[in-house]
Amino acid sequence: MTSDVKIEIKNLYKVFGNNPVAMMELVKSGTSKQELLDEYGHVLGLKNVNIEISARHIQVIMGLSGSGKSTLIRHINRLIEPTAGNVIVDGQDVLAMTRLELQEFRRSKASMVFQRFALLPHRSVADNVAYGLHIQGIKGEEAEKRSQRWIERVGLTGYESHYTSQLSGGMQQRVGLARALATDAEILLMDEPFSALDPLIRKDMQEILLGLQTELQKTIIFITHDLDEALHLGNSIAILRDGEVIQIGTAQQIVMDPADDYIKDFIKDINRGRVIQVSSIMNTTVSNTGPQIEGDTVLEDALQAISNSGSGVGTVTKDGKAIGSVNLDTIISALSRQI
Amino acid sequence: MDWLHEFPVMERQELRDLKKAIDGGFRDFSRAYGEELENFFEPLLQFLVWFEKLLLACPWPIIIFVIAALAWLGSRSWALAIGSSISFLVIGYLGMWDDTMATLAIISVATMVCIAVGIPIGISMARSNRVQSLITPVLDVMQTIPSFVYLIPCVMLLGIGKVPGLLAVCIYALPPLVRLTNLGIRLVDREVLEAADAFGASYRQKLLGVQLPLALPNIFAGINQTIMMSLAMVVIASMIGVKGLGVPVLRAISNQYLALGLMNGLAIVALAIIFDRISQKFGQNIQKHRTSDHDF
Repeated sequence: MTSDVKIEIKNLYKVFGNNPVAMMELVKSGTSKQELLDEYGHVLGLKNVNIEISARHIQVIMGLSGSGKSTLIRHINRLIEPTAGNVIVDGQDVLAMTRLELQEFRRSKASMVFQRFALLPHRSVADNVAYGLHIQGIKGEEAEKRSQRWIERVGLTGYESHYTSQLSGGMQQRVGLARALATDAEILLMDEPFSALDPLIRKDMQEILLGLQTELQKTIIFITHDLDEALHLGNSIAILRDGEVIQIGTAQQIVMDPADDYIKDFIKDINRGRVIQVSSIMNTTVSNTGPQIEGDTVLEDALQAISNSGSGVGTVTKDGKAIGSVNLDTIISALSRQI
Repeated sequence: MDWLHEFPVMERQELRDLKKAIDGGFRDFSRAYGEELENFFEPLLQFLVWFEKLLLACPWPIIIFVIAALAWLGSRSWALAIGSSISFLVIGYLGMWDDTMATLAIISVATMVCIAVGIPIGISMARSNRVQSLITPVLDVMQTIPSFVYLIPCVMLLGIGKVPGLLAVCIYALPPLVRLTNLGIRLVDREVLEAADAFGASYRQKLLGVQLPLALPNIFAGINQTIMMSLAMVVIASMIGVKGLGVPVLRAISNQYLALGLMNGLAIVALAIIFDRISQKFGQNIQKHRTSDHDF
């Protein structure tokens, strides 16, 4: 995967309240969120957010409720206006767009999936999926043909003429996903799309999304409060707290090298065996003994391979070339390391 | 301590002058613009007269068939269709057919005028809080001011006749439609609107594609109220020269004809019930998609 920058968020600030611009000096001089609320009655939504999002990657933005993640994603298609800062998409400043340019940007370049689906209750599934196309002025057979493809792709064939209220939550979100995909936008904004679904359906939808992504290669911004989901889906993960980004990195970087106690606390409960990959903990001296293990194998599987072979050591490979070694002790200590 | 018991009243002479000034001002206004106003409402009058003539000229079986068809299309209920046909047959048999047609004409036209005026006003109220705060007190006045009070300027401006009667009906029947259109649009789920925004919908596309369709059940409740209230105004409108079921009621009041009053009064009730049920059922049918249960 190449990693050219698709979306650049620079020095983004958002203050909610009656006179947000006047608050900027205070925010920049380090006034805390709590102080700003208690003393001045303004809510600090985002504070100096800087993220570069690579094309064709899934960028997860993670945080607890109130951390500003939903506010952040709405700045990318300017559903919320920032107090200060820039959002650059493909070298174009979203905040400098006129109303019509912005409309065109939303129609063709960035589509969105919502936490509570936000489907149109008076339209059928087929018409919901075709909504983005109808907005663009694509009507009739053309719209039907294009939306039908996505209805099939998300597994809703046979439900075209149903109203959305007749569907279960998981199926409603498939409609939401198909609606967002039908416009062929390069950017997919997903605001906690699977949070309202129960765990099994959520797992299902995650696999659908990953399957679509290997094929479609879109730039996806994915919001979640669920660390497992973040680690599973994200090529890169940004962790947000009180409107500030406190760490950006791959799943491996975040688990192996958490930036502060807040993140340590977060990753305390995850299943390390299913997240950490052998390449993150290997010894770089190549010994060429034991079974060959791909570098992106997770510890759980590596443990199995090594213990099955009975050698106690494995050789870590990348593209068929040995790049290091790993033994049982290292794996066990990585698994058990309590931070 | 006299002033505690004696309310400070305006001087009699001054009060009389004030009233005179208002009366004189309005009289001048009606002399200057009365004719222009009459011309302005001329097309409406023509339409009302044409519609009334059409209803009267139409053979009675066709009218009954149309009413029954409307009832069935609106409510999908055979009982309602048959019930309305029987009511109309009874009304006709008791000699009230022509008056009923005249009343039907004026409430139909009044409802059309209210829809044409009320829905756009409701939309503009939903769009801006300032417009809402300006129009709400006007609606309050329209709904609570005794109808006789605005009949006076209506008659002064336009004389006795159909148009002032129609205006009086509309003034009374318009507010619920405006309020419910406003409310219906404001109640539309904000998340659905945000989704429309996120997909780049223009203001027009949001209004026609999302807000109005989702507000439709409320708008229909408003139309239902408008029809009911215009029927309630039939008797008062007949005082300023609107033909219809109100005229015999009025005659019955002044001459103490019990049977005449009762029959015509009940005919109004029958019309009210028929149109209430049709418009209510229609409103319920169009929001079926909301109430349908999960299939699984």
